Amino acid sequence: MAEKVLEIRGLTAGFVSDKGFLKAADNISLELKRGETLCVVGESGSGKSVTSMAIMRLIEYSGGIIADGNIVFQGEELTTKSQEEMGKIRGNKIAMIFQDPMSALNPVFTIGDQIAESLMIHQGLSKQEAMQEAIKLLGHVGIPAPEIRVKQYPHELSGGMCQRVVIAIALACKPDLLIADEPTTALDVTVQAQILELLRNLQAEFGMSILLITHDMGVASEMADRIAVMYAGTIVEEGTVFDIFDHPSHPYTQGLLNSIPGYETARGTELYTIKGTIPRLGELPSGCRFHPRCPHATEKCKLLEPGAIQLSDTHRTACWRYNEEAEVMNR
Amino acid sequence: MSELIEQEKVSSDSQADLRKPPGPWKIAARKFVRNPYAMVSVFVLLFFIVVSFSAPYLTPYDPAKIDFSSTNLPAFSEGHLLGTDELGRDILTRILYSGRISLTIGFSVALASVIIGTVVGAISGYFGGWIDTVLMRFVDVMYSLPTLFLNILVLAIFGNEFIYMILILSFTSWMGVARLVRGNFLQLREMQYVEAARAIGVPNRSIIFNHLLRNSIHPIIVNATLMVGSAILSESALSYLGLGIQAPQTSWGLMLSNAQEFMLINKWLAVYPGVCILLVVLAVNFIGDGLQQALNPRGKKHPVRRLNEWRKKFSKSAA
Repeated sequence: MAEKVLEIRGLTAGFVSDKGFLKAADNISLELKRGETLCVVGESGSGKSVTSMAIMRLIEYSGGIIADGNIVFQGEELTTKSQEEMGKIRGNKIAMIFQDPMSALNPVFTIGDQIAESLMIHQGLSKQEAMQEAIKLLGHVGIPAPEIRVKQYPHELSGGMCQRVVIAIALACKPDLLIADEPTTALDVTVQAQILELLRNLQAEFGMSILLITHDMGVASEMADRIAVMYAGTIVEEGTVFDIFDHPSHPYTQGLLNSIPGYETARGTELYTIKGTIPRLGELPSGCRFHPRCPHATEKCKLLEPGAIQLSDTHRTACWRYNEEAEVMNR
Repeated sequence: MSELIEQEKVSSDSQADLRKPPGPWKIAARKFVRNPYAMVSVFVLLFFIVVSFSAPYLTPYDPAKIDFSSTNLPAFSEGHLLGTDELGRDILTRILYSGRISLTIGFSVALASVIIGTVVGAISGYFGGWIDTVLMRFVDVMYSLPTLFLNILVLAIFGNEFIYMILILSFTSWMGVARLVRGNFLQLREMQYVEAARAIGVPNRSIIFNHLLRNSIHPIIVNATLMVGSAILSESALSYLGLGIQAPQTSWGLMLSNAQEFMLINKWLAVYPGVCILLVVLAVNFIGDGLQQALNPRGKKHPVRRLNEWRKKFSKSAA
């Protein structure tokens, strides 16, 4: 765990709409070391994907903007780079895996074409060399008979195979950072386990860092070194996988963990749910964003937004219950 | 035959090749070949192309040579299969040479306007925003320009070269393709594979002209074919009005125009070029329809197969 591969400081990104600027990600700070896996968890609409799109600077193509903050990747500031410069980094040093592998592959190109493209752009390989490399990569991600598969079209492959192809495309140039945006959501559970194992093996082999975005606590517990929990565009708690699972401090994290069937509660009892829904971006509550749904909410929570409180070297949370006195009282 | 043997050899070489389903183009080709209208049309069109472009080898006459010793000969007269016109020019020769010009104009106009339209539409649809607004308003302006007027203007200023005709027709007929391609791109650019392509650092121009164009190639091909027919018709119309091809060059439209004066003497003068235009345009349109059916995966069932099914059902219920 040596140098930092990625450091995000105070990142604010979102979309300009009729109602003004909507912060989909508000003041996000994250760090990722070499070879480490950071899971960003949270329910739909909590800003996980926006954060990942902002790192790739792809958010600008969907009409979003990065309003504030720094993204430093291997010592290079990404927020000030032009799209042309980003094009040299994307796919080469930072790669991305998408949620739905079927739609992330272009239906009119063969698998081989799509893997070869990245190699031809970033490593200047010829078509034949790239195709040879594509066959090797396909074998590497566990696709049987890769010489045949390279000539096939995405519709001839199953969902799990397509996700392996997407992973092969992402790994083509041996990136230092892999952003996986819910890579297993569209797959069934057995295939999911295979894909996660593949990712873990490849990570060990290439020594890359993974930023894994998921809403599945099970996936997070299996993959993560550290976990960041996001709610309504902010990080509410961050810590190692043990911090989060053994000592969840933020009421939202506690709620998430209690909502896993069979995790805390006995079989046959009613499943715990967090009351209410995530607020809309235009209608964020005052004070702590979670207070309308929080069982511990006080007057203070309604008025003031809590800052990050360091619970230990690795563990921080954004909840008023853990300011200094509260922490003493709790222990 | 040797091809077939080779294919068999390849497939027996590896088990996997046997299992491999045909590619999308192969499926489309098979569908197209099974369409009788389209296939007959292909042969009709090929016949016209071959015959027109080998005209100098097929006929000993010069299409513009005036011979007053043999004017207005009827069809099947000696040496003149379709007879001669009022100036003693061999009609068959003139039909063949006209075909050259009409077909050249048809295909080059279709090609040029599809290229212009595709580029404009692709850029407009992909980038959207103000680029889209500017380009689409330009399309609206082009639509509102009267082609005929523009044609007269250019003829008056630059003279009546055959190439100007191609240019004018191309510049006034690309807008339909542009709108079609734009609509297609507006839809395609939201696809996740576009985002995925960006995520591996593919530059915009490559996304537009490689990734997305391949996805919208089907409607473009169909449109291009149909455009050939309409270009031949426009050429005929302009030439008929005396604004297109000028003597001594000749085209089907111009022949029609000349024939009009001599309708009462020899009505067949108008029939020959008219039938040629009809056949070629019909053939091109059938090919376009056939392509549309072949390339559209959700396409309707094949007409002949449907007829057969119906016949089977009918005979069953009768028995």
